[in-house]
Amino acid sequence: MEHTAVSLIELGAVFFGLGMLGKLAWKVGISPIPLYLIGGLVFGSGGLLPLDGIDEFAQLSSEIGVILLLLLLGLEYSADELFTGLRRSWTAGLVDLVLNGLPGAACALILGWGPVGALAMAGVTYISSSGIIAKVLGELGRLGNRETPVVLSVLVFEDLVMAVYLPILTAVLAGATLIGGLTAVGVSLVVITIVLVIALRFGRIVSAIVDSPDPEVFLLRVLGAALLVAGVAAQLQVSAAVGAFLLGIAISGSTAENATRMLEPLRDLFAALFFVVFGLNTDPSTIPPVLVAAVLLAVVTTLTKVVTGWWAAARQGIGRMGRARAGAALVARGEFSIVIAGLAVAAGAVAHELAALATAYVLLMAIIGPLTARFVEPLATALRRRQPA
Amino acid sequence: MNVDVTPLPGIGTRQDFSTREGRRIGVIAHRDGHFELIVSKVDDPDTCTASVPLSAEEAGALANLLGAPMLVAQLAEQQSDIQGVTTKQFPLAPGSPYDGRTLGDTAMRTRTAASLVAVVRSGTVHASPRPDFTFAGGDLLVVVGTAKGLAAAADLLEHG
Repeated sequence: MEHTAVSLIELGAVFFGLGMLGKLAWKVGISPIPLYLIGGLVFGSGGLLPLDGIDEFAQLSSEIGVILLLLLLGLEYSADELFTGLRRSWTAGLVDLVLNGLPGAACALILGWGPVGALAMAGVTYISSSGIIAKVLGELGRLGNRETPVVLSVLVFEDLVMAVYLPILTAVLAGATLIGGLTAVGVSLVVITIVLVIALRFGRIVSAIVDSPDPEVFLLRVLGAALLVAGVAAQLQVSAAVGAFLLGIAISGSTAENATRMLEPLRDLFAALFFVVFGLNTDPSTIPPVLVAAVLLAVVTTLTKVVTGWWAAARQGIGRMGRARAGAALVARGEFSIVIAGLAVAAGAVAHELAALATAYVLLMAIIGPLTARFVEPLATALRRRQPA
Repeated sequence: MNVDVTPLPGIGTRQDFSTREGRRIGVIAHRDGHFELIVSKVDDPDTCTASVPLSAEEAGALANLLGAPMLVAQLAEQQSDIQGVTTKQFPLAPGSPYDGRTLGDTAMRTRTAASLVAVVRSGTVHASPRPDFTFAGGDLLVVVGTAKGLAAAADLLEHG
């Protein structure tokens, strides 16, 4: 009994602490993710609070956190929106992919982490945080802006890329050869096509299976379906996260909206634990050696995202200030970069410094992103005044 | 009037148009059912000077305020070629005699010779309501008739 009591106290302290950190973060206008990571780093190094009693629970919770993060990412866009997004923004999406994937890959190769590390780091620097960006755009009252659809369509494209990228990464991490990797690419493309077709044609049936007018039944069914699909996907070596993501895409319409509303608080809870556990498993002493690389990577990929947004907005005939806003809005990286790094580290196929670099990088980008989005207008005005065009 | 409809993936839909002055004005319908009124800046039409979140109820009230004069003007114009017939709007106060009762209950046409042509409720226009249409407090009733008939209708709606 005493053991349970201690575990409860530890867990309570962790949640309460995270709550304080979250409040602090939004107060100063940044995402709470970096603070959660720091929280994990502090707890982990045998520091303030050794979490012996609850590490098993925390480990499982962090898995559920990843599944919920990806499930809600899939729920966010309907298959229709994904297709229209793909048609409209594939050029901007490709520019985004190349400009922001390359710096990560190059950095990994320079540090000698090999092609697998390069693939993982490309994902870490490529994927913007749709969670942070949507929240920041809403808070800054920019949802009505003309450049906002451009920003959102880039995010939609990134979402689709994740659907292809995650299975490939999982296969490569599992030690697949080149041919094995190519097979994985083929298989994942086929699976995704099938899921998208199912979602477009039979989305109602999938939705009907989980749907229920009773909120309690609905919650249990959606959560149960997500964990089942994720578990089966993990058994088939396709990665639990991908399974949940595809289920999210297949659920559509009002069912998806209700599921999103219901699961959001759960996701926030488990995702917070996921970030803490990621921080816990990262040895803080490994961060200083990669700090220079992280800062350089942050500077380069801030610029490349700004260029991406600028270019994409310019194609839609948006003015200079709007282009700057679109670029700055895309800068934030967060939850999905950590998900990718988490997959890579858990598989044990990459250098351990990758976790440290990803942590330091996300710490920087989750802080820099909202700040650039917020201060891009005064900054651009000041720059323009300096050199009159 | 050319209204642009732009999907905002993951958020909802934006519908806006440019006013004669060149300002962009419109509404974002969020997926969760709330609305946002947006008005563009003068010096940078890409961005918004205001984006006001509105609940469905508030959006309806605003639509009512903006839409009712337009509807009445339209109806008045339609009737203007008929001598002696005018159009008037009567707000139905909450708690008034016909709040919660039907159009049939009023027997308006028999008692006043004026007829109810439309009810504006929460921004939607219910044209030619049937006798079983149930009134609610806050409805705006658009009535057509002679000056005498309209006065009788006002009296009827107020006092039962």
